[in-house]
Amino acid sequence: MEPFGDVMYANPSGSHKFAREARRAIDEARDVVASAIGCRPGEVVFTSGGTEGANSAVLGAVRRSGGRAVCTATEHHAVLHCVEHVDGVVVPVTPQGPVDPDVLRELLANTSNVSVVSVMAVNNETGAINNLELVSHAVRGRAEGAILHTDAVQAACWIDLRTVWPHVDVLTLSAHKFGGPKGMGVMVVREGVHLEPLILGGGQERDRRSGTHNVAGIVGTATALRITDETREHEVTRIRSLRDRLLSELTHNIDCAVATLPDGEGSAGTAHVCLEGLESESLLYLLDSAGVCVSAASACASGAMEPSHVLAAMGVPKARINGSLRFSFGHTTTDDDISSAIAATVAAAQRLTAVKS
Amino acid sequence: MKILVAMSGGVDSSAAALILREQGHEVVGVTMRLWGGESDTGCCSVSDVDDARRVAQQVGVDHLVFNFSDDFNEHVVEPYVASHVNGTTPNPCIECNRHLKFDRLIERGRTLGFDAVATGHHARIEMFNGQPRLARGEDAQKDQSYVVHMLAGADLNYVLFPVGNMEKSQVREEATRAGLRTASKPDSQDVCFIGSTIGRAGFLEPRLTFNSADVVDASGTKVGEVPAVELVTLGQRRGLGLGGGDKRYVVAVDVPLRRVTVGDEAQLFVNETPVGKLVWPHEGDEEFVLSQDVLVQGSAHGERSSARLTKTADGYSLVWARPTRRIAPGQTVVFYDSTDMFVLGGGIVTA
Repeated sequence: MEPFGDVMYANPSGSHKFAREARRAIDEARDVVASAIGCRPGEVVFTSGGTEGANSAVLGAVRRSGGRAVCTATEHHAVLHCVEHVDGVVVPVTPQGPVDPDVLRELLANTSNVSVVSVMAVNNETGAINNLELVSHAVRGRAEGAILHTDAVQAACWIDLRTVWPHVDVLTLSAHKFGGPKGMGVMVVREGVHLEPLILGGGQERDRRSGTHNVAGIVGTATALRITDETREHEVTRIRSLRDRLLSELTHNIDCAVATLPDGEGSAGTAHVCLEGLESESLLYLLDSAGVCVSAASACASGAMEPSHVLAAMGVPKARINGSLRFSFGHTTTDDDISSAIAATVAAAQRLTAVKS
Repeated sequence: MKILVAMSGGVDSSAAALILREQGHEVVGVTMRLWGGESDTGCCSVSDVDDARRVAQQVGVDHLVFNFSDDFNEHVVEPYVASHVNGTTPNPCIECNRHLKFDRLIERGRTLGFDAVATGHHARIEMFNGQPRLARGEDAQKDQSYVVHMLAGADLNYVLFPVGNMEKSQVREEATRAGLRTASKPDSQDVCFIGSTIGRAGFLEPRLTFNSADVVDASGTKVGEVPAVELVTLGQRRGLGLGGGDKRYVVAVDVPLRRVTVGDEAQLFVNETPVGKLVWPHEGDEEFVLSQDVLVQGSAHGERSSARLTKTADGYSLVWARPTRRIAPGQTVVFYDSTDMFVLGGGIVTA
């Protein structure tokens, strides 16, 4: 992506030689992305990230055709806040994390004029996976004409997107979650599905998202997605065994540690545990000091950790929610990293437990 | 030393972090998120956290945010609301210091292996008769020993007040010298969780039921009416619907009976004030205070009056050396030694 940030700074919408070169880079990137998702190149819209994609899907659908927006209670705030903003309906989830398609079906049967249903592919905190094929049956059967959007931001690294795309109308990605640049994203909009654009202007991206293309960002996004797609199968196997080892050792060595998802379930890239009775903020500080970078829930504007709405929606008790820890894995994660993380977490838990008693 | 510095985003705590860092300590800054609701004053807004974080970056220390909003709500906001229902006048800043800045933060600091916790309060801790004892800050105008009087025992060895021996002007000079963005930030004044536009009544309205009350004179004759007895404070003169005439003050507030009694200023002076919930910095302080007159301060920057603490049938009472203006129930009294320098203890007015 380097030359496009430096030498080739031409606007791809121009009509001269340099513009054509930039344009070609974008067109090639669009082909690469389409191939990794299994969609048509014309269905790919480049955005500024997952949040823009989610906003475009939910608000774009409601602004286009009115009606209600529906989403699950564990969606990322990029979806949840949009649905709440337009006075939408929030569907509860199961204690295991995913939405129950029958509950969704029932809710849709009792809600008139639904214009968009948003169900995430993989939860960003717990790694819980929704079965979008079953979700899609529920939506098709009960909410004729509703757009099914999936926030697939956390899925790109761990699930073949070609298995997700056939079931939905709109799929959104965030580039930095698969090794691409921050501030970039992809929104795939099925041919024939119409969303009111959030950003008006020069009509780029077929009027679906105006604004001069971030050529370097688009090229970087496509390259990262291609590599992710090519290496996914191998990485999922490798990371899953690391994830399972981490979870098993944490729950065996720390009395108060409870795995949030049932054994072996969830995306390979996330290990979520709750250290019941301990405080995430203290755990995070001690782990950070030991060189282990993990997170708890999402942070508010001040940077303070907010109690997780995801765990609350799953019915996890408060004493567990307050001690939640989320370990995220990536292509750089090694077996040694996991050993360090286990040792540091066990030590931190021992320290905090000792202080308490 | 490894020191956890509470950084509110104000100039005093900014300077505290700067000074400790320049002394060569290993410093970590922390901003406590206390109030979860909306407010445009005080120390919990996002822009104040931004200021604290930026100052930490400039000073060269890590910055954390601890979310203590549940504890703040339980120990500060809810009691604040409840006290209006009970007809007492609370001091939320003192309860925040007691439960959040000290209890909770000191616990965190110890848990995480810090050698000390520091804040930007204008107070000092000095050795006195072999014990660490809280003393007034160098800047008499800014002294905050009153609001941190509850520090006791081992905590006095654990807490640091790096700006306590400085004048406020020096604090600002230090911050200016280091180019900190908080150098000329105004001091916070009001209750931090109450926005200046909604005020106390606007904050309380959705949280409790206001009841109108008759305003009566000493003989019980109705002389006026107030829309919310919960908002009336002892000693209040305005907003009683009395019209003109002689100056009259609130001399009694009875929330359950919905009655406010007014009288002349002389009725606000008392010889004795019952107190409770006493706190003592060190073992033996209670006996010491009971044995001699002490100087008593009854508000954040109030006058000191001489009094003797005495045991009564059902608690304690301050017997004033000369008649003293009443302090509203719920307010805090702090006892200082005869030189008006060292904190000997404190408590809360009960009636």
